[in-house]
Amino acid sequence: MATKEQYRICQTTGLRVYKSAENLIKANAVVAIVFLAVGGVFGIMVALTRWKAVHLLPADWFYMALTGHGINLLIVWIIFFEMAVLYFASAVILGSRLATPRWAWGAFALMLAGAVITNIAILQGGSSVMFTSYVPLKADPAFYLGIILFAVGTLIATFVFFGTLVIAKQEKTYEGSVPLVTFGATVAAIIAVFTIATGAIILIPTLLWSMGYISHIDTLMYRTVWWAFGHASQQINVAAHISIWYLIAAVVVGAKPISEKVSRGAFFLYVVFLQLASVHHLLVDPGLSSEFKIFNTSYAMYLAVLGSMIHGLTVPGSIEAAQRAKGYTNGLFEWLRKCPWGNPAFSGMFISLILFGFLGGISGVVMGQEQINLIIHNTIYVPGHFHATVVAGTTLAFMAVTYLLVPLIFQRELIFPGWAKVQPYLFGLGVTGISVFMMGAGTLGVPRRHWDISQADAVLPYDFPGAANLMMGLNGMSALLAGLGGAIFIIVIVGSILFGKRIESSSEEVKAEPAKVVGQYGSAKHPAVPGTLVMVAVFFTVFVLYYYVNWKYLAEVWPIR
Amino acid sequence: MSVSPPQNKIWWNEPVPTSELIWVIIAFVWGLIMFFMMIYWHVYGEQNLSNEAYRITAEDFSAKTEAMVEKYQVREESGYPVVRPPPGDDIYLIARLWQWWPILELEKGQTYRLHLSSMDWLHGFSLQPVNINLQIHPDYEMVVTITPTTSGEFGIVCNEYCGIGHHTMTGRMYVVDNEGT
Repeated sequence: MATKEQYRICQTTGLRVYKSAENLIKANAVVAIVFLAVGGVFGIMVALTRWKAVHLLPADWFYMALTGHGINLLIVWIIFFEMAVLYFASAVILGSRLATPRWAWGAFALMLAGAVITNIAILQGGSSVMFTSYVPLKADPAFYLGIILFAVGTLIATFVFFGTLVIAKQEKTYEGSVPLVTFGATVAAIIAVFTIATGAIILIPTLLWSMGYISHIDTLMYRTVWWAFGHASQQINVAAHISIWYLIAAVVVGAKPISEKVSRGAFFLYVVFLQLASVHHLLVDPGLSSEFKIFNTSYAMYLAVLGSMIHGLTVPGSIEAAQRAKGYTNGLFEWLRKCPWGNPAFSGMFISLILFGFLGGISGVVMGQEQINLIIHNTIYVPGHFHATVVAGTTLAFMAVTYLLVPLIFQRELIFPGWAKVQPYLFGLGVTGISVFMMGAGTLGVPRRHWDISQADAVLPYDFPGAANLMMGLNGMSALLAGLGGAIFIIVIVGSILFGKRIESSSEEVKAEPAKVVGQYGSAKHPAVPGTLVMVAVFFTVFVLYYYVNWKYLAEVWPIR
Repeated sequence: MSVSPPQNKIWWNEPVPTSELIWVIIAFVWGLIMFFMMIYWHVYGEQNLSNEAYRITAEDFSAKTEAMVEKYQVREESGYPVVRPPPGDDIYLIARLWQWWPILELEKGQTYRLHLSSMDWLHGFSLQPVNINLQIHPDYEMVVTITPTTSGEFGIVCNEYCGIGHHTMTGRMYVVDNEGT
């Protein structure tokens, strides 16, 4: 029986770690990081091409690199890492064995095969159709096939996660409700199932079309269904990286949710509403009604945004409460100053939280307003926004948690701890630049996915203002900075896994005592978090101001109806 | 802690701290405001899409556009016809690999019904520096009613990737001051 499978007790956290789960977490995380490196190199080439003074790649290479950048980072890196997160959040946090490890390895193999097939298709040059592969742009059938295989693998891995939840419950490895982090991971897994189902609905016909078995795919139908997949796939990340914020806050500063009910309620709003908003990309398309657009773009009256705004209070609030409990009670912000800023797991997590909220969250909601989208659609403002969510938010959170996984799962000490210390700051600063400068260029009308905005070869060129070129140059420099941060991350992590000093694990004799980190909460006495409330008030003010500034911009545009 | 089960098994009956409750209410109300702002703008704002659209074939749209060009062409520029239809008229703009055709010349302050469609792939109509951006599909005819309120020369850039010549896909639009007609 697999129940006799061996496990060890982590000396830092007291968590019970089974071998099967540990190996799968390692494999998925390592492959994820490899693809992060591949996609990152493509990304730097893209940014350097759009920097007018450098203009690195020729047009065909540029669009190929851009396709590779999108697929490898938005899909392969993030989803591989998320599978590691799901196994961690189920097997490790619940102290359970993993359900059907063989299926999990099968899923891993399928995902890896799919990722490799799609990458080969891209590198052959015949599949430069961008991440979105809008019909009638046609890629090599292998391009779609690889993504479909990857998705099937993801679906299997997601069900291994659900199976592990069932096993843990049956074998009573924990009591009561699952921990908040597992709850959040479950939300991510549910969204993943929705995402994969929609992806299958659109990508399987597109594969058949590329092979010649289907003659025509309607462009509006494609975009409508594809975005239910494409946008939802990024919502998996939101649920996953917010779970990671809670995880890091718990492990590093011993934070506990101020209120389980509120935090779980916020996650539950994601289950119900976060998969909406596929229409964010179709707000200026013909053939859809405004009623549908308004309902869908607002996640049904912004109920998913409500969830995110709640996490924006509860995550830093839980940290403040934990810090105040340690005695850092002077003034509004002593708790914040005394946070472990030299610990890359913590600094990465906190920078991720701030950038995701202020840059990614606000810009996303504003540009998702039906009418404001008129002045933003398909400009480089759009990648400006999602680099704040997916890179500053998700990727930085995943990097931060990797600093915890290295000692906990790989059982190695970090090499170059000094480098690791500055890495989240470098990367965060670089991504902030990428995001802000792209958004700035976008407000000047600079298009996304465009090889040459000087349009040197065009018959009727349009001169973008000089500020646009300046911002694209600054974007290129920021990309180099972020690339440096990314490179340090990869060197430190890969180096630590290979050459880091081993951390001795305890023998199996250690009794499976309840985790040391169990905290008390839920008493009537709720901790006061004045510092967090001030931060939230600042956030809200910025949000409201930026929101109405954009309506003012819109009001200055030619009347159109 | 967030990595251990809730200590209080009946966590859903715990009271919600006041600070969190206030924030939830503020965030919820703000969501409602943003939701109703879009509806408000449909009633009182001037920048909205009518979502008027029809199915059409490339041949039919091309024929309509050519009829307009034949009727109202005033001059030629870089091989493009410059068309000046009367105010209030239906005007047509073709998106195709890789041009916006023809060049439209409009009068400031007048209203036109602009029809847009693609002959081949997806394209992105991006009028600069006004910064109006629309998604242009093949087989769909999109109709928007526009009123230029600034005069001068405007660029039309394609902002939906449409193949290797994407960056050469440009067009032009002129808006001239009303000459007392």
